Amino acid sequence: MIEMHDIWKTYPDGTPALQGINIVIDRNEFVYVVGPSGAGKSTFMKLIYREEVPTKGQLSVNGFNIGKLKQRKIPYVRRNIGVVFQDFRLLPKLSVYENVAFAMEVVESPKRQIRRRTMEVLELVGLKHKASSLPAQLSGGEQQRVAIARAIVNSPSVIVADEPTGNLDPETSWGIMKLLEEINFRGTTIVMATHNKEIVNTLRKRVIAIERGTIVRDQQRGDYGYEV
Amino acid sequence: MKFSTLVRHIREGVKNVFRNGWMSFASIGSIVVSLFVLGVFMLLALNVNQWADQFDSQVQVNVYLESEIGQSKIDELKTRIGNIAEVKQVTFVSKEEGLEKLREDLDEDVKGALDGYKDSNPLPDSFEVELFDAQQVSYVAKQILAFNETDADKPIISVKYGQGYVEKLFRITNAVRNVGLVVVAGLAVMAMFLISTTIKMTILARRREIGIMKLVGATNNFIRWPFFIEGIVIGLAGSGITTALLLYGYSQLIASTHYNMGLMMIEVVDMNKVGWLVGGTLVALGTLIGVWGSVVSVRKHLKV
Repeated sequence: MIEMHDIWKTYPDGTPALQGINIVIDRNEFVYVVGPSGAGKSTFMKLIYREEVPTKGQLSVNGFNIGKLKQRKIPYVRRNIGVVFQDFRLLPKLSVYENVAFAMEVVESPKRQIRRRTMEVLELVGLKHKASSLPAQLSGGEQQRVAIARAIVNSPSVIVADEPTGNLDPETSWGIMKLLEEINFRGTTIVMATHNKEIVNTLRKRVIAIERGTIVRDQQRGDYGYEV
Repeated sequence: MKFSTLVRHIREGVKNVFRNGWMSFASIGSIVVSLFVLGVFMLLALNVNQWADQFDSQVQVNVYLESEIGQSKIDELKTRIGNIAEVKQVTFVSKEEGLEKLREDLDEDVKGALDGYKDSNPLPDSFEVELFDAQQVSYVAKQILAFNETDADKPIISVKYGQGYVEKLFRITNAVRNVGLVVVAGLAVMAMFLISTTIKMTILARRREIGIMKLVGATNNFIRWPFFIEGIVIGLAGSGITTALLLYGYSQLIASTHYNMGLMMIEVVDMNKVGWLVGGTLVALGTLIGVWGSVVSVRKHLKV
């Protein structure tokens, strides 16, 4: 599903972000990516949804060789990867419904199908009744649910979540985690970068720890491993 | 692209105008202001141009003939002058008609001075030659005078067109036309710059949105289309409002000049002569700038 072979990433200003990453993430896995700030977690995530290109090495996602992808092919690869961010990244002037439907309009789904599927995922994240609200009218947790609904609406094979609970209080965070676990249970691979010790230690999954650009630990049902 | 997607782009483009209420308002406002200034100067230039044409058209060539050259020679000359390509119309003015015209130009109390000439009219017969393009006047005058060289009778005494005076007139009218053209062209460039800057700013504010769209897997074209439609709508709205304001104002101006300046020689250019020209230019320019501004600035933000 996601394969990295000897991946190096150095930013144009000379900052080394990743130094020789080797990893295989299989279909249907749930993976936490942990590590101190600035260790390369975000770069690792960005490579998967092709916001950054590796300086060296082989990277494939869903069988596409991401490193050698032509510029105009990028959108088509991203459609099979759902992304969720700490700051939600919803389109501020579109309603909840329109934000989710947008991802389906992009792939040119028929209108009736867009309606049906959008309402379906909004129901899944528990926001059907807020379909016509604007993002600014929602709480943080609700906005993140909308972002997750948008990420899964096209039934991608992978969800990349970069600190999805980073801006949320503990209780709301647990709601989001329940939702992600449910999505994973239905067959979607989830790669989640996080600083939340409690979540990692309670909801035990595979843990990948990145420090100074290399993987220092890769452990099934691992713990967070850092003192906060 | 599917047809339903095109419909979606048009719908989203129009909706975006309202979603970005203040930004759209700013863009439309800057279009209205700059095109309005441009339009005012266009109208001014068109009027000045017409006035210049009026001055020019009063220039004519007078060809004075020897007396006693006979009707057949007069007819022959009239045909030959009329055959010159630049000549629009030739009118024969007999010496009696010439005297009558002179009388009309004089004041009431000195008209009597001409009475004595009724029987011994000192004026020659003449042609009044009108040209298509008044600026060709000296060239045509030379051609007419040249008839003398091929004719043993030398039937032409002189050719007059206000030598010296008309050259000055043309220099002034041409200068006026050129200044008008330069001012209008300069204002057009300024309007384009101003408007596209405003539109670029409104899109800069939406840079983040474009980034989000790309993360969801939208192709560049998918993102571009609604902006393109939005540009058209804003351009049309702005230039439409400008044209309506401008032409309404102009029609009011025409109406008021009818009352106040009805007796003046200089006339304001007619509405149906300039309406389409000015309106069409403004709408075309506004739409073009709207589209151009949005397309150019979206392109800058697409590389996310």
